[in-house]
Amino acid sequence: MSGDIKKFMMVNRKAPYGTIYALESLEVVLIAAAFEQDVSLAFLDDGVYQLKKGHQTKGIEVKGFEKTYGALEDYDVEKLYVDQESLTARGLTAEDLCVPVEVMSRAELGKLMEEQDVLLSF
Amino acid sequence: MKFGILVSEGPYTHQASDSAYQFTKAALEKGHEIFRVFFYHDGVNNATRLTTPPQDDRNIVNRWSKLAEQYNLDMVVCVAAAQRRGIVDEGEAKRNGKDATNLAPGFRISGLGQLIEAGIQSDRMVTFGD
Repeated sequence: MSGDIKKFMMVNRKAPYGTIYALESLEVVLIAAAFEQDVSLAFLDDGVYQLKKGHQTKGIEVKGFEKTYGALEDYDVEKLYVDQESLTARGLTAEDLCVPVEVMSRAELGKLMEEQDVLLSF
Repeated sequence: MKFGILVSEGPYTHQASDSAYQFTKAALEKGHEIFRVFFYHDGVNNATRLTTPPQDDRNIVNRWSKLAEQYNLDMVVCVAAAQRRGIVDEGEAKRNGKDATNLAPGFRISGLGQLIEAGIQSDRMVTFGD
């Protein structure tokens, strides 16, 4: 592996609120993009809830960050991959999500992971 | 091989910090290079020198400091994560008007760019988290 651009994939497995992982993962995504790396995001398990439309956080007094996912394309982060099985298990489809994504099978996602230089799991 | 290490969990609550330490130490003893250890999320809590575990238990913070001294290890604590959780060095104390510092020896506070750089520069980036 050489050169200054690597393939970074941030793997998001946890619900957006309840723990800080999703929020702090987004901070890593934005910095990686600022470093002009080849950044992609994968959403699986409860991580698919991060993209669900209509976050309402007022009741739990936590700052919502649904809008950040919509702003990712301004940072040239456009590769968002979602695990089909995780969506289905939660009664969700791509239409329930707040941004355009590529839905794929676990096997396909696994293949993509193999192609990465750096996987960061949150 | 050149490794980058990411520690995402705090000491004592979670195995991640112990495993990261043991991996880092073993890699160094085998002659591998550790480009950097980066502490993020609750992992920043590994860097408070105010930690006082019972005497018959391991001191996770001192253990990291000692390893850093022995191998000239670069241990970086994420500034944003540290600010949220009250991990403070002199510069941060001054900047944010705090009346104390608690950063343990061998650690330094810096930005997330240091994590990305570790990913770019290392042959393998290894995450120790939940």
